[in-house]
Amino acid sequence: MSTLTPPRPRTGGRSTPRGSFVLRLGERYSLLVRPRTLLVALVLLVVSAAALVVSVSVGDYEIPLAAVPAAIAGVGERLDVFFVQGVRLPRALTALGVGAALGLAGAVFQSLSRNALGSPDIIGFTSGAATGAVAVILLVGGGRLMVSLGAVAGGLLTAGVVYLLAMKNGVHGYRLVLVGIGISAMLTAVRDYLLTRADLTDAMGAQIWMIGSLNARGWPEVVAVGVSLALLGPVLLYLGARLRFMELGDDTARALGVDTQAVQVGALAAASALTGAAIAVSGPIGFVALAAPQLARRLTRTGGTTFVGAALMGAALLAVADLVALRALAPTQLPVGVVTAVIGGSYLIWLLYTEWRRGRA
Amino acid sequence: MTVHRTDRLSGQELTLAYEQRVISRDLAVAIPDNSFTVIVGPNACGKSTLLRALSRTLKPAGGRVLLDGQVISSYPAKEVARRLGLLPQTSIAPDGIGVADLVARGRFPHQGFLRQWSRDDERVVAEAMESTGVAELADRSVDELSGGQRQRVWLAMVLAQQTPLLLLDEPTTYLDIAHQMDMLDLCAQLHDRGGHTLVAVLHDLNHACRYASHLIVMKEGAIVAEGEPAEIVTAELVEHVFGLPVRIIPDPETHTPLIVPVDRRRTGS
Repeated sequence: MSTLTPPRPRTGGRSTPRGSFVLRLGERYSLLVRPRTLLVALVLLVVSAAALVVSVSVGDYEIPLAAVPAAIAGVGERLDVFFVQGVRLPRALTALGVGAALGLAGAVFQSLSRNALGSPDIIGFTSGAATGAVAVILLVGGGRLMVSLGAVAGGLLTAGVVYLLAMKNGVHGYRLVLVGIGISAMLTAVRDYLLTRADLTDAMGAQIWMIGSLNARGWPEVVAVGVSLALLGPVLLYLGARLRFMELGDDTARALGVDTQAVQVGALAAASALTGAAIAVSGPIGFVALAAPQLARRLTRTGGTTFVGAALMGAALLAVADLVALRALAPTQLPVGVVTAVIGGSYLIWLLYTEWRRGRA
Repeated sequence: MTVHRTDRLSGQELTLAYEQRVISRDLAVAIPDNSFTVIVGPNACGKSTLLRALSRTLKPAGGRVLLDGQVISSYPAKEVARRLGLLPQTSIAPDGIGVADLVARGRFPHQGFLRQWSRDDERVVAEAMESTGVAELADRSVDELSGGQRQRVWLAMVLAQQTPLLLLDEPTTYLDIAHQMDMLDLCAQLHDRGGHTLVAVLHDLNHACRYASHLIVMKEGAIVAEGEPAEIVTAELVEHVFGLPVRIIPDPETHTPLIVPVDRRRTGS
């Protein structure tokens, strides 16, 4: 029999969220810090940096680790500088940027749909972008820039259609996922039809583009993904702080003073644009957007999505995956999409499996 | 029905609708300050809809809701959230979120980018957990709690918002009788000692009569009676609103009206 507990003084009255402490600057400024989140972020940064250095150093033309910093700065041996600055560094930076973009955008989509499957891979965005790109490759036959624009256009168009179809008094998670799966299937049909009509060389090119790859990416790609992150990243982190409240339910978020409709539309638009930019640069690399937010969330043990963690996890995941893609079957370079599917997919299955065993998932 | 200008929360000429389906038309309602107002009525009579409109979670199709003399939609969202708290019918606790973390979310309307956890936040969250009896659970995960504990945690989150007005949508649903009384005692305590104005939608008429200082009875989107329970609750009213013949006796504990359905098997009707 439970009775009403009368208010009683409690020693300390500790109420700071668990695992956190507060940094104060006077009475006006205060920052809530979670050591575990910081530690995970630090580890992911170290992994990303290590992957960057190693992928710059190894290859058919080996550059000793000691010579890497000089080569990056442009003062080492001429051939070192050529390989590092001209080929390997931009590729590695593209991997980090695309990974961060996919991780962050994936976290936003999952948070918006309140569903671990609500990543751009599943809800049709990626198929939209791929169909747009394939259409350009096969119908217009443009260069890489045209293909990228086709991907962005296809992706944004699909996101718009999915949003309009799934919307009714705001977007509900499962409806977004289900509508997305439907649209995705239809787009795949369109894409397959286009491929059957194409001649063999074009079809091969399109097929390879659709796996997602970082082969032969240079400074223009670094700039493209870097600028997108610099512009959209802060917007998404700002909206992300509000999305964390919308994970409690729309009514609760609204009652707490969150303008849910504006946050929803803004976050969907910005995350779609960021995914579009990533896909334009690398082609649709699977599983990063799906797995990175879940992995980050489980490692940091935050209740709800961690947006910074998802971005860092995406960067580390893709950087490591690209290293594997480069070296696993050297001298043959694998498309990185093949590797992310294997790494991301198996890690996610392992995690879900262990959670099921603990009866939590 | 007159709307008192002095009441902090009121609605005028309200038309409430979901898409094309109109629930209420030309509704006038005022929540007396410092009251424990309870809204009752049959299923789908529009009581939750009214509560959602009063809390700004539903935009009225016509008319206006006034908060402190101004149209509620003219305030910034965070400003409303500092004056009026809502415990919705359904909320979602993200997987693995801790009790203190969740209660702390109620501080959002008082926080900013560089003001993430002030001493006020710390004190208010501790007090909110204290007064709802969940302080011992502070470090537990919300998933591990029972339904009754969980409902108290959500109430603590709303209390942490520190609003003078509290709106509760069926706060006792899914709770067993002991936890229902717990929850209602807690509300009464907030009302008596905390000086909060409470508005709750309840299903149980006897609970409503026992706890409400002001009762609003709704039928088909309209308010058919309002006032102190002892003065307005009659067998005729209940039969008119719910279509159920009842007898009314004084509650042996509180002397408020106690509604006892007529045994239709014996009267043979």
